[in-house]
Parts: sequence; C-alpha cells; structure tokens
Amino acid sequence: MKWAVVVFPGSNCDDDAVAAIRRLGDDSVEKVWHLERDLSAYDAIVLPGGFSYGDYLRSGAIARFSPAMQGVQEAALQGKLVIGICNGFQVLTEAGLLPGALLRNDNLQFRCEMVRLTVRNNTSPFTAGYEVGQTLSVPIAHGEGRYFADEQTLLELERNHRIAFEYETNPNGSVRNIAGILNERGNVLGMMPHPERAVANWMGSEDGLQLFASMRRYAKEAIHVG
Amino acid sequence: MAEPTAEQIRDNQIYRQMGLTDSEYERVVARLGRLPNYVETGLFGVLWSEHCSYKSSRRYLKQFPTSGPQVLQGPGENAGVVDIGDGIGIAFKMESHNHPSAIEPYQGAATGVGGILRDIFTMGARPIAFLNSLRFGSLEDAHTRYLFGNVVAGIGGYGNCVGIPTVGGEAVFDDVYRDNPLVNAMCVGVLPADKIVKGTASGVGNPVFVVGSRTGRDGIHGATFASAEDPHEKERSAVQVGDPFLGKLLMEACLELIETGAVVGIQDMGAAGLTSSSAEMASRAGGGIELFLDKVPVRENGMTPYEMMLSESQERMLVVMEKGKEQLAFDILAKWGLQIGEIGRVTDDGMLRLWFHGEQVAEVPVKLLVDDAPVYDRPVAAPQEAPAKHVPLPNADVNLKDALLGLLAHPSIADKRWIYRQYDTTVKAATRVGPGSDAAVVHVPGTDRAVALACDGNGRYVYLNPRKGGAIAVAEAARNIVCTGGTPLAITNCLNFGNPEKPEIMYQFAEATAGMSEACLALNTPVVSGNVSLYNESRGKDIFPTPVIGAVGVVEDERYVTPSSFLQTGSAVILVGPDDDALDGSLFWQQQAGQAAGDAPRFDLDEEVRVQRFVHTLIRKRLVRSAHDVSEGGLAVALAEMCIDGGMGLQVEVAEARDDANHRLGWLFSEAQSRVCLEVRAEDVERVLEEAKALGVPAAVLGVTGGFTLTVRDGRGTWLEVSVSELKDVYRKTLQEAMDRPVSQAG
Repeated sequence: MKWAVVVFPGSNCDDDAVAAIRRLGDDSVEKVWHLERDLSAYDAIVLPGGFSYGDYLRSGAIARFSPAMQGVQEAALQGKLVIGICNGFQVLTEAGLLPGALLRNDNLQFRCEMVRLTVRNNTSPFTAGYEVGQTLSVPIAHGEGRYFADEQTLLELERNHRIAFEYETNPNGSVRNIAGILNERGNVLGMMPHPERAVANWMGSEDGLQLFASMRRYAKEAIHVG
Repeated sequence: MAEPTAEQIRDNQIYRQMGLTDSEYERVVARLGRLPNYVETGLFGVLWSEHCSYKSSRRYLKQFPTSGPQVLQGPGENAGVVDIGDGIGIAFKMESHNHPSAIEPYQGAATGVGGILRDIFTMGARPIAFLNSLRFGSLEDAHTRYLFGNVVAGIGGYGNCVGIPTVGGEAVFDDVYRDNPLVNAMCVGVLPADKIVKGTASGVGNPVFVVGSRTGRDGIHGATFASAEDPHEKERSAVQVGDPFLGKLLMEACLELIETGAVVGIQDMGAAGLTSSSAEMASRAGGGIELFLDKVPVRENGMTPYEMMLSESQERMLVVMEKGKEQLAFDILAKWGLQIGEIGRVTDDGMLRLWFHGEQVAEVPVKLLVDDAPVYDRPVAAPQEAPAKHVPLPNADVNLKDALLGLLAHPSIADKRWIYRQYDTTVKAATRVGPGSDAAVVHVPGTDRAVALACDGNGRYVYLNPRKGGAIAVAEAARNIVCTGGTPLAITNCLNFGNPEKPEIMYQFAEATAGMSEACLALNTPVVSGNVSLYNESRGKDIFPTPVIGAVGVVEDERYVTPSSFLQTGSAVILVGPDDDALDGSLFWQQQAGQAAGDAPRFDLDEEVRVQRFVHTLIRKRLVRSAHDVSEGGLAVALAEMCIDGGMGLQVEVAEARDDANHRLGWLFSEAQSRVCLEVRAEDVERVLEEAKALGVPAAVLGVTGGFTLTVRDGRGTWLEVSVSELKDVYRKTLQEAMDRPVSQAG
C-alpha cells in the first residue's frame, strides 16, 4: 500500500503522520511537496496538521489552492482514502470536500490537551476498527477547531451517519460536540484531534493506531468504498 | 534629514544617544585613530552595548566551568552542545526577552521564542523542544494579567506555529517583577555529534548571503534599549514583530541548506541584526568581511546603511557558503519561497567594511568591535546586613490546613495548566513527560534514549543570600533531572539582574555566579551557553536577582523515566535528605510577613551531591515508583502535589512527636534543599533505607499512599487532614480564576 503525506509550507505534523503509519508495517509512506499535482500513485492521502501558510488569512484558506489539492480532489472522486487531521481538516472544508467550517475556539485560546472522543460511526474505512459508542483518548492542539455548519447540513450529517467522532466534553464550542466528519461517500474524513499522537502507551494513549490500521485494511483488501 | 557628521557627533555628544558613554567614545576614537562617522558610531553603540558585549558581566562569566568530556561545544557559539551518546548531540540555549515583553508582551515573547529557535537550528540541530521561565508581578494587578496573558499567548503563538512542542517551564509571581517581568525562553535541538555547524565567516572570497525575511526599519536600537533602564520610557516601536510562519520556513530551508554540506558558517540576526552577525562571524574566523548594503533585500525604499545595519527585523540569517556553491542556496531558498541576497564576501584583512552604491560607508577593525569592547570591573559592595534579617518570625498559631491550602492557591505553586494548555505540548509525538512534572522528558528520534529538560531559578533565595541562592538554582535544576530519571549533563542560563551600575547589584551578580560555579563543578554540569539581562529595574527598584537555569540530562534507557506523582496505593513514601524545620526563605514565611524573610534555605553542596547520586542510583535499580523534589512550599506542598496528580491520598506518621508548634510549621513548610520524596514498593523499604545509610544519605519513611485524604499526624494527634479533592480544587482553579478577571493595558 502507498501512502502520501502532503506537506504544505507550514505543515508541522507531517513527520508524526509518517511515523504513525510506519508503526503498522512496511507500507510505502512518502512526504509529497504541495506542488505535486498528480497523486494518482497513492492509495491513501494524509493532509497533516500544522499552520499551512501560517493560517494568516483563515486556516486552510490558502493551502486549498495548492496544486496537490487537485490530486486530492481526484483521489476523493475515485474513492481513495483521504484523511485531514487538524489543519488538514480545515483545508478539506475550505476545499469543499467536507461541509461546514472550523471557527476560532469559543474560549479564544489555543488548546492542547488529551480529550475523550466517542465513536459515532464504525462503518467507514477509518472507523471500522472501533465500536460505536467506544471512547478514545486522543490529543487536540488547535486554536481554530470549533466545528460549525448550518442546521440543514447537521441534519444531513446525522441522518447519514457522517459524524465520525464526538467530544465527550466539548473543548472548543463545536456544534453538537463534533470532532470529526465524513464525506457522503465515506472515503474522506476530517478530524481536529490528532490520532497520530496517540499511537503508543507512553504518549498517553494508543487509541489512534486503530484508525490508520483500519484505513490500511480497507486499502489492502480492496474493499469497495461508496 | 542628513546624518550628522563625525565632528557633529563629537561636538554635540550625539554618541550618547547611540549608547556610548563619553569614555567609550574616546576609546573608539583613540583605537580608530580618527573620528568615527555616523554608521561606525552606530556599530560601536550596539556592539559595545551591555546586551552584546557583556561588558559588566564578562569577567564573572569567565569563571564558570565550561568543559567536560560530555561537552561538544561550550560557550561562544550560537548554542552549546552536549554528547548524549550513540553519536547524538543535543544543542541548547536559553535567552531572555524581558525588556520587549514588558512593553509589547505578545510580540516580545513571540520573538524571544523565534530568536532562540534560530540559535538552535543555526548549529545544524533540528529543534525538538521549547521550555520557558516566566516571572510576573501579582495577578491581583490588572496590568500584570494583561502582560501575563499576552506573554503566554505570544509564546504559544510562535512555538505552536513552528511545530516544536513546549514541554516545560516555570512561572513565578512576586510583586518585585511587576514592572520588569522576566521572559526567558529555552530551545533544545538534536544533531549528529560530528556535524556541528559554527557561526564562522572563513575562506577568503566565500560569498555572504542574507536569507529569510526582508530587512525593514523595525527593532532599530533593540540591543541598546535592552541595556537601558526603565522600559516604560522606551518606545513600543523598538519591539520587533515576529512571523512564525516565516520562521518555520526559514528553519526548514536552513536545515536543508546545511544538509548540502556547502555551508561554511551561519548565524541568526538577533540583537543588533546585521552588525552583530557579520562582525561576530568574522571575529570567530579571525578574518574580515565586506558587505554591499545596496544588495540587501529591503522592505521599503530609502533605507540608509545605518538603518540596515541596526535593523532587528526578525527571521533573517547570515550565511557564508563555499564559493561556487551559490546556486544550491538560491535553489533551496526559492523552494521555500524565501528571500536571498548575496550581499558580501569574506576577506582576510580583519576589517568590517561596508559599501553602499559603490561608496565605502564604514571601515572598522572587527577585533575592535567584538574583542576590544570595554570590560568593566564595576564596583561591588556587600550590603551592610542581610536584606531580611529583621523580619519577625512567623506566627506559629495558624491553622495548618489553611496554611497548606493558602500555599497551593499561590500562583507560583498552583497548577500551571492554564498556561501550558495554550502550548502545543505533543507535536512531534515525542513528548514522554510534558509540563507539570519536575522535568520534561522528550524521546530522541531514532534512538532508545530521551533527554530530560528542566528550568529552575528562585530569585527570592538569591536575594536573601546570593551565593547560596545561585548554587541552589543549579542544584535544583539538576535534582529535577535526576528525579525524572535523567543524568544531568550540562546547563544553560539566563542571568536576570538589576542595574549593574549599583555596587549592591554587582555584589549579587558576583556572588550568585560564584555560587553557580561551585554547584556546576560539584554536580558536573558545566555551563555551555547562556545570556545576561541587566538593568531589570524600574523607577529605581530592582528585581530579585534571578539566575534561571536550563538543565539538560540524558535518560539512557527510557525505562528510567519516573513520574512525579503517586502511582499506586499501598506504596511507602520516603523522604530522602536532611531533616530541617527552619523556615528561612520559604514562601510560607513570605506569605505571612509580606516580604522575603530570613536567609536562603538550608543548603549543603556535599549533601546535595550525595542525595542526587542516591536517587539516581535507586532509579537505575528500578526501585522508585515516583519521585518529586521538595521545593517552593516545602514538604507539605510536595506531598500534596504527588497526591493531586496521582489521584490518591497519603497517610503520614511523623516519627518524632514534639509539642512544638514551630517544629510543625517547619516540618511542613521548610524549603530546605537536597530533599526528594520517593514512592517505593513496601517490600523495598528496608533495602532503600540500607542503601541510603551506606551512602550517608538521611532517609526516613513518611507514610503510606492511599485513602481519600492527605493526613499528617504524630503520636500526639493529627496535624492536618485534607481531602485530595479539596487540595485539587484549590490547586487547579487559582490561575483560571485569576485570569478570568479583566485586564488593563495601561501600566
């Protein structure tokens, strides 16, 4: 299986994503510079956390124009797996691959802490290794992670089981405690918490490992998505 | 406006506004053999400032032990480097950004972080951690809340964006820092031990580049400003503005450039910008350098050579490349979208020569600028008597439970979560022990090793007894490394003091640095880098003399990592170190008296060495479940902290029952040094006590973990009994409640 971790100027969780994936086995994992337009060689694409372009205009607002995002759009259309973590989630909403937006935390501060997540969906390629209702410990680290969408979109997300993770205790004011959502087809996930920072006991949790393992199983076993 | 002529500078004493005293100006004229022009006077003004030349402190800094088999790079470069084995070097340094932070707290703190970051990657090291040490006035004060809130936000704003975890630090609140907050930032990086990059401009004809940001008019006179008293009279516009996104790109670009092997030397443009970087790089190589200033990428038109040389625009580096390899630099900088300008070349005539549109605008010997700066042997005078000699003894008739809760609610002791949850503490996925422990532990990528990192300093102790206080600062930092499972290797420091022109301040400086040296020698932790911040005074009032130590240790095996809170019920808790009930220097006494009181706490260097060696050995024998050093607030606070974070109680039985209220106070709240609380398995108690005895280290069982309360009693009765949830509530809510109150920008 071939993984791509897209590196935008200002990405800073790219190495962590690579290291987390390497824990699973001998998959090929490549860091791909954002100028690369063609991502057709990869089975799964990770948009990592960080501060792409400093997040100066609005988180993810500039990175979405990177050439690599065309490759991401195509991969998503083809049913390949795309995961956006933290800043990657922000890029995906800016790019229109996921609905809604991520606003400044309601407490107006950057927040980094271990949070408890509740798994709401376990049929997606990302979450199939979990049980619905299972709680996970995964750290957050963001200043703009308050998920927002209009009522219509939220209904749609709920009805179609597209809410992947909810916060047990809301750290940022996200509407309906949303921590991560899926696209309609289920092959694109965006989440604010960092599963790549929860892959070993000494990190305080290894609950994030299953997410990457689940993606790997889907891709390896060529299970049809969508 | 035309620049003044050399004669006008002399006749109208314009050099005074540029940071030179009359005698310093005369020294320049005498050594130069002519009158310096405006640009040249500016160069001397900044390079001979206290900030750049260490002219008041240099003779004391020379006394620090700086060598040892573990030292790969001592002071004199952009950062020090120690060897942690397996061919891995750890580069680290701490730097102050006190004066800018007092005026523009967000940017002052942010650029402090950015500056120390550049010092580390300049060495060829990939940064892996930040720490910081903060001092503010009382949080009762609305302006202090403004400063504190914005400093924390600024540290996070820069550090989070560049993607380096902030893993530890300390914050102390005392009125003496009200007008002079201290903001000291430390950065730690990892590099191959044989690939240290230096800030050297060598190889005649090699090209010199300025890379990163464009040069603007911001921060001109930052270095001279940091060397003058009373920040409130200084202009906010002299504070630089940071751009962490650019800082991140610059870090990646420079590390990639260094990786090519074509970099001869590289240096951050920090204080005094282009002036200090070019002169210092040439000085280290023993050569010269010439710059063509019209080639410097600038932000605005019409900038003069003077402004370019003194600009402190952030996120810039000076790079000397091998001749013929220029294209590598252009390609890599273009990839990262950064500015690069070839602005000069290395020469061998020992001159710093500046050109502007074909005209020579300055020519000064490098040696005169850098090495021949004046060194002052400023008058030193001990005070007539110790500063807190006549403070009345604390009232022994207090409720012990209230006293403990009062200490836990003091912002210096209370939980610092309000601060560190604003920092990204886990990016890089290598943080084994983050903030809130005695020391942080960060995994070193690609190895089974980790580094233990701690920041410590207690200005109150140094104020009460500078020599002892200086030694305690080093000892406590090393002790924290040991308690967490590390072997202390070396230290960096920030020496934050008042006005050096006052003999009693120089006395503090001389004594404190002497005490530090003694402790560094005894604990085998040489000084490998550091920084001095003087003139921390406002309205004639000086801060507590506050040397802050940043210690680095190696954790040779990650199984040695030891938590600082109770792990398990039914464990025995042992106090290692001296029995002492004197309240000298304690926060408890200060809270009662309203001022620092008594002497510095008990401290004996030999005792310290033995205690650290003992704890270090026990951890390596896997006999320690958790360990926490006794520091501010004394034994009662140390035990309470172990209960709070461990989520369990502790039942203490004091062996010796005495009907003496003062003894009880001292037992609970003495800040006597060289003491560590150890949690050990019940079945290991005898063995631990025997080993202590064999090493001549005092050790005694305090009690057993478990239950809902922290209870201390002796044969006569119960001293105090507090539920862990009550301890936790007080400990956790203090900073949040203080910072929920309104702030005021007006000082």
